Amino acid sequence: MTEVVRVDELSRIFRTGAVEVQAVRSVSFSIEEGAMVAIMGPSGSGKTTMMNMLGCLDRPTSGRYFLGGEDVAKKTDDALARIRNRRIGFVFQSYNLLTALNALENVELPLVYRGMASGERHRVAAQTLAEVGLSELMSFRPYELSGGQQQRVGIARALAGTPDLLLADEPTGNLDSVSGEEILNLFLDLHQRGRTLIIVTHDEQVALHCQRIIRLKDGRVLSDQPVDPARRRIKADLGTRALTS
Amino acid sequence: MSLTESLKMAWRALVGNRLRAILTMLGIIIGVAAVIALITAGQAATSSVTSSVQALGSNLISVSPIRSSGVVLYPQDSAWLLQVVPQIKADAPLVEASVTSSYETVSWSTTLIGTTPAALGIEGRKLAQGRFISAQDLSGNRDVAVLGQTVAQSLFGARDPMRQTISVNGTPFTVIGVLQATGGAFGANADNVIIVPVPAAEWVAGTTQLTGIEAQARSAAIAPLAVAQITAVLNHRFATTNAASVVSQDQILSTLSTITATLTLMLGGIAGISLLVGGIGIMNIMLVTVSERTREIGLRKALGASRQAILSQFLIESSLLSVAGGAIGVVVGVGLSGLLTHLLGAGGVSISAVALALGFSLLVGIGFGIWPAANASHLDPVQALYHD
Ligand SMILES: Nc1ncnc2c1ncn2[C@@H]1O[C@H](COP(=O)(O)OP(=O)(O)OP(=O)(O)O)[C@@H](O)[C@H]1O
Ligand SMILES: [Mg+2]
Repeated sequence: MTEVVRVDELSRIFRTGAVEVQAVRSVSFSIEEGAMVAIMGPSGSGKTTMMNMLGCLDRPTSGRYFLGGEDVAKKTDDALARIRNRRIGFVFQSYNLLTALNALENVELPLVYRGMASGERHRVAAQTLAEVGLSELMSFRPYELSGGQQQRVGIARALAGTPDLLLADEPTGNLDSVSGEEILNLFLDLHQRGRTLIIVTHDEQVALHCQRIIRLKDGRVLSDQPVDPARRRIKADLGTRALTS
Repeated sequence: MSLTESLKMAWRALVGNRLRAILTMLGIIIGVAAVIALITAGQAATSSVTSSVQALGSNLISVSPIRSSGVVLYPQDSAWLLQVVPQIKADAPLVEASVTSSYETVSWSTTLIGTTPAALGIEGRKLAQGRFISAQDLSGNRDVAVLGQTVAQSLFGARDPMRQTISVNGTPFTVIGVLQATGGAFGANADNVIIVPVPAAEWVAGTTQLTGIEAQARSAAIAPLAVAQITAVLNHRFATTNAASVVSQDQILSTLSTITATLTLMLGGIAGISLLVGGIGIMNIMLVTVSERTREIGLRKALGASRQAILSQFLIESSLLSVAGGAIGVVVGVGLSGLLTHLLGAGGVSISAVALALGFSLLVGIGFGIWPAANASHLDPVQALYHD
């Protein structure tokens, strides 16, 4: 299987004045194409810091990060912007939709920065919104949508550019259990279609749907274990059924 | 990202915050309108000064004796000057006095000028009615008068002044002609005159001394030489270094246009400062906008916006503000200029002022937008994204 992500002794140190915080310390792992991985850990354990580095939003203090075999740690800001635009899809806990734009326009945003012509952009964005079940709500503004619907717009936005890697930082953290389950089902569906997903979550139920759980504590990997396939499949089947029904 | 895309984005951002956009533009609107209106006013002043000086006659040179140097000129000196200065082709003596003229029950304060027939051509005046004073009027010692427009209208109103008898300081004169108005806001004095033969003016003024001589150079090119020659012969004759002030129309014109050009520049400069203040207003609002939209900037960066894309987004937004403000300012400024032109009776909207104001407002938008935009483009994506 192809390796999508490999991090090698990755560290991130924050310095604020005299205080030094080692948010991520010498973390190494690799993730293969098509994998669905959960990152868990207590608050402050470095999950978001890790995700920001994986998403090329932030640079490690030391260590190496290979995305699709390419070392990205030393790239320029604009090169990283290009990688974020073409190869990474980010899903945020607080959705981060622009309220001045409707659902369709929000999904179009990454395509705008790719220089895609507007006709093509509309078509791709509309199709992606249809994939997350929102074809009826394309012209709605974020504040006219429920939390679950907003998060689906967020996911469509992350998917629109067909990225190699989908990163979600607590995507169900702001949602009630029903909406959370809908979002989870969406992720499971994407996983079954071969997408590579990394999901940060506090929810053990969400994590159990993944193939593998990486647990962080104080910036270090506490454990990195596959989920018992028997437990997983049942959940996955339930998930797919819920989505298609 | 294409320019139309960026323009659309900037437009939406401005429309989304309409009141703020309009208030910000107000500074530019006022600045641009002021630049256009004030430059128009300055140019109107310049052109009216120029035209009234030109109305004094072509290649006109005025010679005024300086009494403190003990110099006194008499009517016959005008003929002498014409003989000894080959650079002038005509000249006329001037005997002037402040007088009160009256017709029936109407009185009017004016200037009486005694001169010779040559004055008409030298001053480049035209007659509206009748004739100018003639050589016969002079030799025959006739009490005839040619009225300036202001005098004719003040004394006679709509009635015909021709062949009527007016009184000038008690002496009766027969009106033989009326001059055309010289026009121009500053030309009012040239129309408030009564022109009579020299002897008649000497009688009314009670003196034979001249207030001056006006001469006409053979050409504009030779005028400076004529001025030098007149100065030299007068200085020589009166054995002084300062016999008379000799000034050509060109000299007057250039002095006056220096003054009015300075005035125009000053007015434009003051208006320019208000445009600058408008620019600072734009910078202020763009800084606020950038800090308010930090999360949006972080998100756009997370989605792959390059530094340059963020920079141009905010630069286009500030330029759009200033150019839209500039365009409205042009409309207001042109309106004001029309009003000023109407009031001053001269001028007209200056295209160069409009171009200058628009260009300057675009510069202001880019110049004052660049710092906020650069701030935005340099934001760290993570810090911006999790900013609250
Ligand atoms: N920009 C920063 N400057 C300084 N310290 C930071 C910064 N970002 C994160 N940290 C610190 O790094 C550590 C890890 O933070 P991080 O946000 O990665 O944790 P997390 O696992 O995502 O926590 P949570 O579950 O609460 O989201 C924390 O101690 C945090 O205070
Ligand atoms: Mg976090």
